[in-house]
Amino acid sequence: MKNTAKKIYIALIFLFLYAPIATLMVLSFNASKTRAKWGGFTFKWYTRLIQNDDILKALGNTLLIALLSSVIATVIGTVACIAMNHMKKRTRTVMMGITNIPMLNADIVTGISLMLLFISFGFRFGFGTILLSHITFNIPYVILSVMPRMKQLNPSIYEAALDLGASPVSAFRRVVFPDLLPGILSGFLMAFTMSLDDFIITHFTKGAGVDTLSTKIYTEVRKGIKPEMYALSTIIFLAVLVLLLLVNAAPDKQDARADKKQAARF
Amino acid sequence: MRHRNVKNKALLGGIMLLAAAGIAGCGSSGGGKGGQVIVYNWGEYIDPDTIEMFEEETGIEVVYDEFETNEIMYPKVESGAASYDVVCPSDYMISKMIANDMLAELNFDNIPNAKKNIGAQYYEQSKGFDPENQYAIPYCWGTVGILYNKTMVDEPITSWAQLWDEKYADNILMQDSVRDAFMVAEKLNGFSMNTTDPQELETAKNSLIEQKPLVQAYVIDQVRDKMIGNEAAIGVIYSGEAIYTQRENPDLEYVIPEEGTNVWIDSWVILKDAPNKENAEKFIDFMCRGDIAVKNFEYITYSTPNDAARELIEDEDIRNSEIAFPDLSKFNNLETFVYLGEDGDALYNELWKEVKSN
Repeated sequence: MKNTAKKIYIALIFLFLYAPIATLMVLSFNASKTRAKWGGFTFKWYTRLIQNDDILKALGNTLLIALLSSVIATVIGTVACIAMNHMKKRTRTVMMGITNIPMLNADIVTGISLMLLFISFGFRFGFGTILLSHITFNIPYVILSVMPRMKQLNPSIYEAALDLGASPVSAFRRVVFPDLLPGILSGFLMAFTMSLDDFIITHFTKGAGVDTLSTKIYTEVRKGIKPEMYALSTIIFLAVLVLLLLVNAAPDKQDARADKKQAARF
Repeated sequence: MRHRNVKNKALLGGIMLLAAAGIAGCGSSGGGKGGQVIVYNWGEYIDPDTIEMFEEETGIEVVYDEFETNEIMYPKVESGAASYDVVCPSDYMISKMIANDMLAELNFDNIPNAKKNIGAQYYEQSKGFDPENQYAIPYCWGTVGILYNKTMVDEPITSWAQLWDEKYADNILMQDSVRDAFMVAEKLNGFSMNTTDPQELETAKNSLIEQKPLVQAYVIDQVRDKMIGNEAAIGVIYSGEAIYTQRENPDLEYVIPEEGTNVWIDSWVILKDAPNKENAEKFIDFMCRGDIAVKNFEYITYSTPNDAARELIEDEDIRNSEIAFPDLSKFNNLETFVYLGEDGDALYNELWKEVKSN
């Protein structure tokens, strides 16, 4: 009895989480343009998607901006963490507070203030301004996920490496960095996803003729969103799903292997 | 740890590949030899082929950008973040831009097609927001009316008053935007839809509150899909959507209520500090050509004010459609929205809040 209740509860949770996505996927195969009518099964939205240069260009921009901004933000954020780690406790707390504010700030405030900043410095709006603003709002997320990892580090290990003759750079590269890596990676992924689905900040900092997927989709609101977008969302969802499955499946095996190796060593 | 490192690099590489694949295939566009023109238009509001044709014919490169509402367009243009040349705002937004001295006076000598092809009645209607026809050239227009399902109502719908009929409780869809909703109530009570008289607005507000229990939903886009799916009997809708919905569901009928309604016009304007004014004129002139305008009409399906284009429409039913091309002189009290000033806007928003929270 208790078990059935549990199962039903879990089923409900998954239903609420995935029903919207399932609807979208089904509609992407609907031959009729309106959601109210099933016009038969079709792949035509997928073929039209591939032929639609505007959407593909927006997709390219989105991925490129997400990738570049998250990589750059990860580097800047990690370096900032190293610096902050060596500060006095008081200054460090203050700094953490300051870097946290942009995350709590409403996106629209960040967007408009970045726009005003770019205008007053005479920037040309376009790809570059979007990239700069994405880097800006990504940095705090990287710091947020690298910092706790940093605090767990035992500073003596780094010092021991130095004592054993490593240069500071190689000590960092071979001792500190591997320990930080999980934090850096999760910061990178967080930054990547934040950049991927940002709309408001992009809207205010983009120039004429440059679009990301989110701004592209939003302009279609008045005339009704095209089913090509359903097709694209379906593809993206499946790609992310496969990626997640790969990432989640692999470490278990590796950890098991690593454990075995470690056991063998002793 | 080492192993995981390799793994992560592979993951990173995978993402990079994904990105590269996305970017491949989109070539970068160089500047045309005729310079460029930067256009800011509604989303999905032009046939992309016409832009290519313009580029080929003139050698001018079009930088094309899209917005989703007038309210989103305005701050971007005002801030000068991206220096646009040609914009396509709606009526009331044009009067606001005129009031704030943002538009350039047009030189119709350089835009001959605009005078030749655009019907005189549309310029006449434009005088509501552009009194001397100096700034705006109509691009798309339409009316707001009632879409109803013949199988779900007992008698033909002819009046806004029927949206207050208790028979249709829970079967009515209203527009979820301040001015559109108030327009209905103001016309019902015989006021101008541009009124700022507090007394009249109070009456209109009370009408809307009275109607609220009967309304199934306040929506914008969903009117289209809900009506096609037989989810409601009566809905307030823009005429541009009516033809499309009728095609999908033949039971639907569109009517302009007898009390009059809103005639909206989206027009091309050139910004005062446009960097490429000459190219902007060429662009507008090109869009006013009959053969181009008809292509755009077929793509957008909103009514075109271009008489030359209307003659080129092949489908006779559409060319003579009462929905797409109603004879404006047959109706009373047709109006076009004008900008009411900041105080006017604030008053409307305040009252709309009272309606929605009641």
